[in-house]
Amino acid sequence: MNSKKDFSSPFPAITFPTPGQMMWRRTTHHWGFLLGAGILVVILVVALLAPYLAPCDPYHQDLAHRLINPIWHADGTWSHPLGTDGLGRDYLSRLLYGARISLLIGFAAMSISAVIGASMGVAAGYFGGRVDVVVSFLITTRLALPVILVALAVVALVGGSLPMVITVLGLLIWDRFAVVMRSTTQQLRSADYIYAAKATGCSTMRIIFGELLPNILNNLIVVATLEMARAILLEAALSFLGMGVQPPLPSWGLMISEGKEFMFFTPWLIVIPGTVLFMLVLAINLLGDGIRDITAPEGRS
Amino acid sequence: MLRYTCKRVALALLVAITVSFLSFMLVRVSGDPAYALAGENATAKEIAFVREKYGLDRPIMVQYLDWGLKALHGDLGQSPYFREKVSVIIGHRLKVTMILGASALLFALILSIPLGVLAAIRPNTWIDRVALGISVLGQAMPSFWFGLILILFFGVTLRWFPVSGSSSWRHFVLPTIALGYYATPAFMRLTRSGMMDVLSSDYIRTARAKGLLSGSVLFKHALRNAIIPVVSVVAVQLGFMLGGSVVIESVFAVNGFGLLAYESIARADLPMVQAIVLILSLIYVFLTLFADVLNALLDPRIRVA
Repeated sequence: MNSKKDFSSPFPAITFPTPGQMMWRRTTHHWGFLLGAGILVVILVVALLAPYLAPCDPYHQDLAHRLINPIWHADGTWSHPLGTDGLGRDYLSRLLYGARISLLIGFAAMSISAVIGASMGVAAGYFGGRVDVVVSFLITTRLALPVILVALAVVALVGGSLPMVITVLGLLIWDRFAVVMRSTTQQLRSADYIYAAKATGCSTMRIIFGELLPNILNNLIVVATLEMARAILLEAALSFLGMGVQPPLPSWGLMISEGKEFMFFTPWLIVIPGTVLFMLVLAINLLGDGIRDITAPEGRS
Repeated sequence: MLRYTCKRVALALLVAITVSFLSFMLVRVSGDPAYALAGENATAKEIAFVREKYGLDRPIMVQYLDWGLKALHGDLGQSPYFREKVSVIIGHRLKVTMILGASALLFALILSIPLGVLAAIRPNTWIDRVALGISVLGQAMPSFWFGLILILFFGVTLRWFPVSGSSSWRHFVLPTIALGYYATPAFMRLTRSGMMDVLSSDYIRTARAKGLLSGSVLFKHALRNAIIPVVSVVAVQLGFMLGGSVVIESVFAVNGFGLLAYESIARADLPMVQAIVLILSLIYVFLTLFADVLNALLDPRIRVA
């Protein structure tokens, strides 16, 4: 240590940050990522702690106290900080429980579509040839079907329920996973480390899960955020049209739909759940954009 | 070019046939169509009658081929609700939605292309930030909620536009904004990135070095090339908009194709539902075919792939 000091120049030594430090720096300097992650964490905590945070039972109807104004109106009361809806149910409690439904549907539908889309995309990109032709055809066909219309029709004919909405959405929104995973895998298929793994005699499964997957994981996560946001928006639209989650569940889309009846007199009934829905989707999108920028800074445009 | 076009048309035909089968199966895998058509309190005898009347007792492939061949002749069956030909009703309603879709597309392009170009010319300035902000916010906005907010603000508070119906051009203003806003982020980002790529290319530098005016460089040389990726996305987005019209037309009670789709689903008008899914899918297939061929015409490199 001391012997080295003798040779040092009067200028401070130039140290290069490690990749980990650079990643940390990019993370803490990316305001979009921080904002998105912040909002998402808050909504996640609220959803998990809903039974403890909610002032009332979200299903309890009290027709004597319907359409009470929120606290920022002169006649608002602290017993119902965001007022009550057309059936006298506490709006804040419904909002908090609604976060659970949006997050659950978004995450579950995204997971189903991720499994379908990613396996199709990786198979098409890795094997090429006939597999690629078939998968590309399936993607083209799927894109031709209008998601919202098919989802509406199936849910209406089979009957709306939470598992039903998750399944239908999960089976419909795998297209972007397949498209992105296919092109990413195609790019990586001829990388040196894949050839090296082949040369050492690794099995196909080993190559896909051990070599390929870790390198396409960041792309997969970015698409997953986009799809989760899409699933949440679709669920809200389906519930708004009355063919998604069924009452009395406090889905935000359903709350907007129920509030629509009174929107000319009590506009906050649609403004509040809509704003929260917007914030959640915004947060997930910001998080996804942030992850893309942080993990692949050279690809930023 | 001819080879590419033929290949592309063949693929489109194959997709169209698959899609027609899927839209036919859609109403069958989700339950017995005879029950749905007969109504909720139908007796076994009535259900049997409906089954025979609509030919639902035949093998499924026979039913499909019968329906498909008739559809090729423009006969999509009878609607039990309207007691009229499905094709006639769809024809009327599709016109309204086409007007709405075209004006929404125009609105989105008018908003996004100038903003995208400005953002590309002056990256990392306030105009770039505004463009980015619009696209980030636009992506997260639930379209039906945005529609309701437009109704509250422009319809109720300012009283500028009527809030529902489709009888005059003024009825179309708010739905156009709500539907068009949806496509704006995609167009804007493509215009911006395309423009930035082109502006940093050699031929633009050459044109500048030769002393051409920046305005003429921008519009004659840069924008024409930057816009190519937007062309293909326009067709795709128009297809998405027709799907999105189901939601927007329900919010604004625009008497178009989307509202018809929603109402038909709600009243279990199955011949109508399968015809609507088929037609919407076919429009999308045709639009993407058109876009791909147009793209290959504009950019010869695509034809080889």
